[in-house]
Amino acid sequence: MTAFILRRLVQSVLVMLVVALISFALFRFVGDPVASLMGQEATAADRDALRARLGLDQPFWMQFIDYIGRVLRGDFGISYRLQQPVAELILQRLPATLELALVSGIAAFVLGVALGVYTALNRRGWLSNAIMTVSLIGVSLPTFLIGVLLIWVFAVELQWLPSFGRGEVVQIGGWRTGFLTESGRVALILPAITLGLYQLTLIMRLVRAEMLEVLRTDYIKFARARGLSNRAIHFGHALKNTLVPVITITGLQLGSIIAFAIITETVFQWPGVGAFFINAVRFVDVPVMAAYLMLIALIFVVINLIVDLLYYVVDPRLRVDRGAARH
Amino acid sequence: MSEPLLSVRDLVVEFPTRRGTLRALDRVSFDIAEGEVLGMVGESGAGKSITGSAIIGLIDRPGRIAGGEIRLRGERIDNIPEDRMRSIRGRRIGMVFQDPLTSLNPLYTVAEQLIETIRTHLGLSEREARERAVALLDQVGIPAARRRIDDYPHHFSGGMRQRVVIALALAAEPELVIADEPTTALDVSVQAQIIDVLRDICADRGAAVMLITHDMGVIAETADRVAVLYAGRVAEIGPVRDVIQAAEHPYTAGLMGSIPTLTQTAERLTQIPGAMPRLDAIPQGCAFNPRCPQVMPRCRTERPDLLARGQGRQVACWLHAREGVGDV
Repeated sequence: MTAFILRRLVQSVLVMLVVALISFALFRFVGDPVASLMGQEATAADRDALRARLGLDQPFWMQFIDYIGRVLRGDFGISYRLQQPVAELILQRLPATLELALVSGIAAFVLGVALGVYTALNRRGWLSNAIMTVSLIGVSLPTFLIGVLLIWVFAVELQWLPSFGRGEVVQIGGWRTGFLTESGRVALILPAITLGLYQLTLIMRLVRAEMLEVLRTDYIKFARARGLSNRAIHFGHALKNTLVPVITITGLQLGSIIAFAIITETVFQWPGVGAFFINAVRFVDVPVMAAYLMLIALIFVVINLIVDLLYYVVDPRLRVDRGAARH
Repeated sequence: MSEPLLSVRDLVVEFPTRRGTLRALDRVSFDIAEGEVLGMVGESGAGKSITGSAIIGLIDRPGRIAGGEIRLRGERIDNIPEDRMRSIRGRRIGMVFQDPLTSLNPLYTVAEQLIETIRTHLGLSEREARERAVALLDQVGIPAARRRIDDYPHHFSGGMRQRVVIALALAAEPELVIADEPTTALDVSVQAQIIDVLRDICADRGAAVMLITHDMGVIAETADRVAVLYAGRVAEIGPVRDVIQAAEHPYTAGLMGSIPTLTQTAERLTQIPGAMPRLDAIPQGCAFNPRCPQVMPRCRTERPDLLARGQGRQVACWLHAREGVGDV
């Protein structure tokens, strides 16, 4: 177990190093920072002086090590456009994205599992068929279209819900939350649905397929033959086995919810990291782009690690064998 | 003879398919007496497992019981509501499946599965159920049961897992245990042990066993009586010794001829020519008539019913009709 965790940790560090290399390469290949920092009138001597001051005259790998050192200290440089530390800018916007991702992720998981189990157990019911048909829409419609449709129906036509922004927020320490105000919670609804709908249908269809598979297994038949109640069979024996593969997919989906909140945040003008990134791309704000890349990579790596550990918790077969298969 | 523990009469099981309805069982009848071991033999697809599933009320959909009746101590159990049937499963009829590697839920410990089963049927506390579970594992021959009980199924070998499965099937003291090819998936070296465990633990409790297998050797050593199934019909039933030594149905005779013995020196074993018909192509009359060496014109048109032949023997064959006790 410990060896496994260590191995996974080493792998994670390697992945992060590669991502750091790529994001570092962004600086080198997307324009010359010296040229963009100094005006047109700067002399060659001035340029060289600045280059030396910024350490850009050092060999590539020296600069890379230097970069990693700074990243580890939380220093991602200064945004070209806003002239503020990138780390600070991202941390300000991260709560908005995380709250949105968390709400839509949890909703997608809970509803996805519930509907998946329901449609698997009532395979031939009309409601199941209706749910499955509707879920096709969720899988096939692009996110921005769903967002725009929701805005049109609930914000423009019915005027029930706001179409953009986070509503009022409350500052708690370094965290700016929208959970504590009425307008904050209301503002969360449409973006959360938009962001979570695809994940919900995906999880639902996955749970349904896995559940149907598990219900056909011998151990379910044996459980029935022992006279256990349907409740115990469906929610004890079958659901637990169903969730083993579902956990991986859901974990990875949580990563993509955070990473690809970009579109939803743009549609709803949600003041989160994704919208911030889109603006950075528009203005070629390289430090922000590089930091965003690192952040998303870190989130994926951490989630993957957690998913692997969850596997150990759920599936005893992966735990260290106390002398496997003894006669 | 007193009332049988289990009585199956004219049981018909059908599977509707797109190309018509298939009859997996066609008027199957047999009895199992209290404490008796009934062997059920036949080729793959003869309907052995379906018979077991029908008795415990777990035929895979869309299959259904289309006729006949099943009685447990005289009480019908083939048409009762699902919740009543559930109180019979495990409690009065236990079942052991073929593959111990897939019969146990991999995510629960042996203790959890045993205790859950025991507590479902017997009103015991968690601790009492646990004690009972340990005792059961001990009886099915799992060494250091008290220590091993909290292990997961994958910690056990195939033979040990089948012992666990037997313990689970017997957890609530059923009167009848249906064992569906309990040793087929196991190493030859442990097959005999498992059969011994099954037979002894059932004998201890006075539980009857319906032993489904295609292994005549197992039947010969274990069963009191044997029923031979062919194409979803009973060909012959009788005490094991009689059926093995003097088979009356040509199909049974062919089956016995295909078993190698130590004394026999023949170069080739006897074969029955042809193959069992598919369910959608069962011939008219006796299902065995195209392969039967003693076929008569009557066999091709009229289906023979089971005829009592004395000493608890029954055979469905026109050869025995003229002298048969039940012939009209």
